[in-house]
Amino acid sequence: MTELLALTLALPLLAGALFIVATASTRAALFGFFAFGLFLALAWVALDAVDVALTEAAIGGGATGLLLLRLNGRMRHPVSLGEPAGPRLKIAAGLLAALVTLALGALLLALPEPAPSLAAATVEPLPALGIGNPVTAVLIAYRALDTLLEIVVLLIAVVGLRALGTDRGWGGRPVPWPEGEPSPALVFLARLLIPAGLVFAVYLFWVGADAPGGKFQASTLVAALWLLAIMAGLAPAPCSGGRWTGRALAIGPLAFIVAGTIGIAAAGSFLAWPEPVAKPMIIAVELALAVSIVVALVLLVAGPPERETGR
Amino acid sequence: MTVSLLPVWAVLTPVLGLCALLLCERWMRPERVAAPFVGLSLYLSLSMTYEVMTSQAPLVYALGGWLPPLGLTLRADGVGVLLMALTALVMTGVAICAWTPPGDATARSRFSFWALLLALWSALNLAFTAQDLFNFFVALEMLSFAAVALVALDGTRGALIAALRYLLFALAGSILYLLGVGLIYGRYAVLDLAGLREIAQPDTVTLAALALMTAGLMAKTALFPLHLWLPPAHAGAPAPASAVLSALVVKAPFLIILRLWVDLLPLPAAAPQQIMAGLGAAAILVCSVIALRQQRLKLMIAYSTLAQVGYLFLMFPLMPGPAPWQDIGWTGGLLQLASHGFAKAAMFLAAGLIYEALGHDRVAELGGLARRQPVTLAAFAIAGLSLMGLPPSGGFIAKLLLLTAAVETGAWWIAAVILAGGILAAFYVFRALGHALADGDPPMAPVALYRQGAVLALALCALALGFVPLRPFALLAIGRPLEALEAMP
Repeated sequence: MTELLALTLALPLLAGALFIVATASTRAALFGFFAFGLFLALAWVALDAVDVALTEAAIGGGATGLLLLRLNGRMRHPVSLGEPAGPRLKIAAGLLAALVTLALGALLLALPEPAPSLAAATVEPLPALGIGNPVTAVLIAYRALDTLLEIVVLLIAVVGLRALGTDRGWGGRPVPWPEGEPSPALVFLARLLIPAGLVFAVYLFWVGADAPGGKFQASTLVAALWLLAIMAGLAPAPCSGGRWTGRALAIGPLAFIVAGTIGIAAAGSFLAWPEPVAKPMIIAVELALAVSIVVALVLLVAGPPERETGR
Repeated sequence: MTVSLLPVWAVLTPVLGLCALLLCERWMRPERVAAPFVGLSLYLSLSMTYEVMTSQAPLVYALGGWLPPLGLTLRADGVGVLLMALTALVMTGVAICAWTPPGDATARSRFSFWALLLALWSALNLAFTAQDLFNFFVALEMLSFAAVALVALDGTRGALIAALRYLLFALAGSILYLLGVGLIYGRYAVLDLAGLREIAQPDTVTLAALALMTAGLMAKTALFPLHLWLPPAHAGAPAPASAVLSALVVKAPFLIILRLWVDLLPLPAAAPQQIMAGLGAAAILVCSVIALRQQRLKLMIAYSTLAQVGYLFLMFPLMPGPAPWQDIGWTGGLLQLASHGFAKAAMFLAAGLIYEALGHDRVAELGGLARRQPVTLAAFAIAGLSLMGLPPSGGFIAKLLLLTAAVETGAWWIAAVILAGGILAAFYVFRALGHALADGDPPMAPVALYRQGAVLALALCALALGFVPLRPFALLAIGRPLEALEAMP
């Protein structure tokens, strides 16, 4: 039964990958990419990695697909850095990819069985943190430094993306998308989806303490809803050099560092969560992080500003 | 070992500076916001170096009180603080040189430069103190994203293409590295270096994982033949950015390779070490010859970086002892890293000042420079001394130690490559110097003396490393062998 399930999930993945590579139309490949991301998320669910599945659906399929779709819409004249690959190069690349896949498969089979695991060790300290989901504990407690610095990576990406914009548009808003009047169907869909989506995002955020979910997935959802509102003309894009944008981006890392410093005094170690107030502190930091993540993701997908604004 | 929060603050102070820049963007000049954080980071790095040298023990901190394998530690050993001090001095020199931006600098390029500079500093300090394979990955991500954006800062078509190519190489490297980390976790369920050192076996999975990680890191450090991205990227970035990229950014992935093969899985005199040295030798010979043929000063310096990175990889077979850090190959390789850092930063900054003065950096048209900008040219010449490996300079000591180690271990081909590389470097440095010393009276824009002085100071640092005694340097052995943290001290 499990083999059958694995096969039903693996076949669409393979077919989807082949379709994306083989199709001549960029648009078709992009929609193939969305579908591929969803099947990949299902595969993660089948592997009992629901946290990964949610992230894959949100970032891997959703946000990345949206980014590619926007890029495709804006590149009216496709640019090429070199000659398109000839059939010989394509065959060589295919063979190389097949070889790498086989080698990786062989290595995976050579891994010890049962796999060594830290799972038991991650569960033990959970009650003191007031958290039931070990994945959340890894992200916010055991490897909190990684999480803090991954948010900094997002900030660096935003700074880097802004640096790619034009000098004239510096500090302005991203170009509207799509250009012109949004279709009524899109506006209707946005009005319908946004309230429901926000409720679900709050649920995802809250449930992350005890079940798969959490600030990152919730933030991605909010960012997606904001982008939908921008596309439907219901909300403006954030002003890239604006006062509130800067504050929103900085609040996540700053709150994390302040909480870490409180940990030195209250729990004897930087980034330690003092036991009686661990849960409220964690939630406060996660909220601040969520604000930074939402604004960073919206700015990243919306792209660098290209024109001056009246502000 | 000493428990200390200093490594944590060394990583987070530049992050606080980045946040301050975002908060104050609308009402303060970016260099004024960044300056206190540059000063504080410099102070932290130098005081860490002082602490480690006086206590002869590494500075360690377990974050949140969680011990590995569950938690993360930061650990500043002798090598770590040497590289942090190098980073701090180079960053300060670059900050002084970039204080008054060139006339055509825009709000966009100024803000982005200072924000990305601080981001790089945090990433480098993390790469030099992290002890966990995934923590390294986070450092590499911060490093790559900030470095790629710096390359694109000029906004020209050439700069954007160079940045895109750099991004593709860096991401390919990240994927290879991450695949290796995944395999290691699947094999041992541990990512902490000290923990892995106790249990790692040289079996197929482990060796394949290390090979994948090393290949990925080689792409990021631009070792021949994965070097194609570097010359256009480093030559196309603004000069202060090029200085940081060439002097520091390519060194972080190298240090991680070193930690993999010395701390994680020490294998005395095996094939991987020979392969790495072979690639390093090829880099020295091929890229030095290409550097000779460059018409533009910055491109010449960029190709020289590729050759000098090659020297670093020569050290792997030259420390065959059971405790590699007591071999002179170890000292030679790490001194090469530090002296190249200072020399290359000085050289790129000098090239930038020359470009500002002349409006171009064509090697053949540098005539008249000696009379009009003697301080800049002196810095360039002193840095060149270290690249060639002439006494007195850090480069001389480093190459002499590597040469001695090569002779002692009977690796004659390495000795021959070191000598040939020195001669080739002399050719390309003297070619540029010869043109600069020639007569000529081109129109020149004035360049503030304090900026020239900062460049000279960096070049003199490379010179000062030449007074390190010719034996295994005690600082570089502090904190070795790597020991697991048993309990919160």
